[in-house]
Amino acid sequence: MNPFVQALQQGVPLSLYLLLSAVLFALGVVGFLIKRNLITVFMSIELMLNAVNLSFVTFAHQWHAVKGQIFVFFVMMVAAAEAAVGLAIIIAVFRARATLAVDRIDLMKL
Amino acid sequence: MNDSLHLWLIPLLPFAGFLFNGTLGRKLPKAFVTAIALLAPLASFAVVLNAVRSGTGSLVLPHVETHGTWINAGLLHIDFSFVLDQLSLIMLLVVTGVGFLIHIYSAGYMAHEDGYWRYFAYLNLFLFFMTLLVLAGNALLMFVGWEGVGLASYLLIGFWFQKTSAADAGKKAFIVNRIGDVGFLIGMFLLLATFGSLTFSEIAAKLAANPNLTGGILTTTALCLLIGATGKSAQLPLYVWLPDAMEGPTPVSALIHAATMVTAGVYMIARTHVLFDRSPFALGIVAIVGAATALFAATIGLVQTDIKRVLAYSTVSQLGYMFLGCGVAAYSAAIFHLMTHAFFKALLFLAAGSVIHGLGGEQDLRKMGGLRKKLPITFWTMTAAVFAIAGFFPLAGFFSKDAILYEAFQHGDSGKVLWFIGVVTALLTSFYMFRLWYLTFFGESRNPDVHPHESPWSMLAPLTILAVLSIAGGWIGIERFGAFLSPVLGPVADPASLSGGKQLDYVLSIIAVGVAALGWFVADRFYRQRPGSPARLAAAVPAGYKLLANKYFVDEIYSFAIVKPILGLSKYLLEWVVDVAILGGVAWLLGGTASLGGALLQRWQSGNLRSYAAWLTLGAAALLLFVLVPWASVLAGLGIHIAMAGH
Repeated sequence: MNPFVQALQQGVPLSLYLLLSAVLFALGVVGFLIKRNLITVFMSIELMLNAVNLSFVTFAHQWHAVKGQIFVFFVMMVAAAEAAVGLAIIIAVFRARATLAVDRIDLMKL
Repeated sequence: MNDSLHLWLIPLLPFAGFLFNGTLGRKLPKAFVTAIALLAPLASFAVVLNAVRSGTGSLVLPHVETHGTWINAGLLHIDFSFVLDQLSLIMLLVVTGVGFLIHIYSAGYMAHEDGYWRYFAYLNLFLFFMTLLVLAGNALLMFVGWEGVGLASYLLIGFWFQKTSAADAGKKAFIVNRIGDVGFLIGMFLLLATFGSLTFSEIAAKLAANPNLTGGILTTTALCLLIGATGKSAQLPLYVWLPDAMEGPTPVSALIHAATMVTAGVYMIARTHVLFDRSPFALGIVAIVGAATALFAATIGLVQTDIKRVLAYSTVSQLGYMFLGCGVAAYSAAIFHLMTHAFFKALLFLAAGSVIHGLGGEQDLRKMGGLRKKLPITFWTMTAAVFAIAGFFPLAGFFSKDAILYEAFQHGDSGKVLWFIGVVTALLTSFYMFRLWYLTFFGESRNPDVHPHESPWSMLAPLTILAVLSIAGGWIGIERFGAFLSPVLGPVADPASLSGGKQLDYVLSIIAVGVAALGWFVADRFYRQRPGSPARLAAAVPAGYKLLANKYFVDEIYSFAIVKPILGLSKYLLEWVVDVAILGGVAWLLGGTASLGGALLQRWQSGNLRSYAAWLTLGAAALLLFVLVPWASVLAGLGIHIAMAGH
């Protein structure tokens, strides 16, 4: 029998969860850095937050500690608020500048 | 136990007047400002009179009123204590009494000035500090008053501050006084080091308890105090500010620069006389300074053409007389002369002010003349003052000047020299006062353009009162005056018990009146009978005349020896080297570094969101690297060992 399938039959191991979390986070970082559309950048940030959430619950499950799960709720809450505010800002920026390209929104400097 | 006399009211009433007029006076009607300004000194005078009434009755002098502790630090203990004794009583009467008269006069003299409220605020402020100075029970409180009158003097000399000469004169007075004040301060430190106290009564008690305490430290202290006194009382070598102080309004010259403030030095020496009594050397210096100043200033006064400057040099000269009196330990005679001088010199200044007022601001004696009929009351009051200062019997100046000359004559061999200088000064004084009198009031008017008018009653009333005081102020006589002051200043020797007895006193008096008459006679010849002769005399000795007319070039010498070097040092060393090169260089270096750093770091803030994101990620990556990489073992691999804290 395939040892991978064997391992899965005993339950998904910790390392896979963490690997998934790391991959998601890395994707978020890359999106954050290379995407030009403000909304995509914003979504990348959400992706990073949720990647972190995944590792939180993973460890919470591993150590049988509830703290990690509580923390996830906090992160979700902040993310929700941030989404509301962030989207509002994006709409305001779009109305003012008629563009969402981050390279062209560069007036916040000396 | 004495009842409280509320001595604190004496300084605080004028202070209240100052605060009121100083803050609100600008917006109030003139009559209201005048009322406040005149009521304050009048109320103070009433409190003083009440004290006099008690003083002659049941009150035990000295009477001390303490209003809490000012400084209490280790050995140093200083109270807000006011002392009323015979000496401060006399001074208070003069300060508040003459002060009140001059306030009335000012109401007329300054009526058309812009800064009317400001003038009276300053004048009240002066009275506050002057009475504080007089009442102070310790040297530090006296110093507060001492500095305060200096401030008021500065403000009032520079009252017409738009005039450069007035502003400069104010600065000069302040700076020259500062030199004297350093002496006073050092003297206070020495008093504190020697006696552990600044309270006059304690110092006197400690001196009395230690009859062997004499010598260096006391002489040094006394000389330091003398430096302070020469500054405030315009004695050699610090007299130069007083003639320039005539830039101020004339009533100010009368009150501050003739009658009261400039006598503070004499008062201070009399107040600390126990110290001087122990140091014959210091006392000798006081006498020499006094005699030298008296003669020196009198010679300058001979040729001045500005009416106020003649009076200013006369003031310096008369203050020299008072110092001469102090220097021969005749403190009562000095205070006596202080009092009579306050009367007739204030009168002289006020009458001169009336003349100036009547002529529309003219101060040059050469452009006056023939005013006897035009300004009759001014003329008669001024005549009283001129005869008083010249020392004619039986006017006030005769008694006090005679007392000083007599005591000087009795003061050993050196006293004869001092007496002789005093007599010569009396001759010169008589001459230049009659010169002023003739030039102002006699002959024909030398300026036909002006139409003189007599001053308002508010100016003439104080003149009249002061004229009465100038005539009668000396009748109390030095014996009674000295006996009154003797609890404070020590007993006055009775002429009958001294060598020469009463006859010597008469002889000296006759000589004094004789030289006064001689001065009058010469002035009469020069300025009435042969008006051309002064010019001929000046032409005959041009060098001597030039020397006197230029005041011995003292201002020029001071400028060359002191002011110029200090200015040069300030400009070349302090300004160019220290300020521009060192301080400026350091500031330039610091500023340059910051702005260069800013220019470099500014590029970081590009405004580009993605560059921020990149920096953020890089930073997070660096932190991750820092945490995850086992640096200790990596370095160990490179052969570097780090001592781990806690291991």
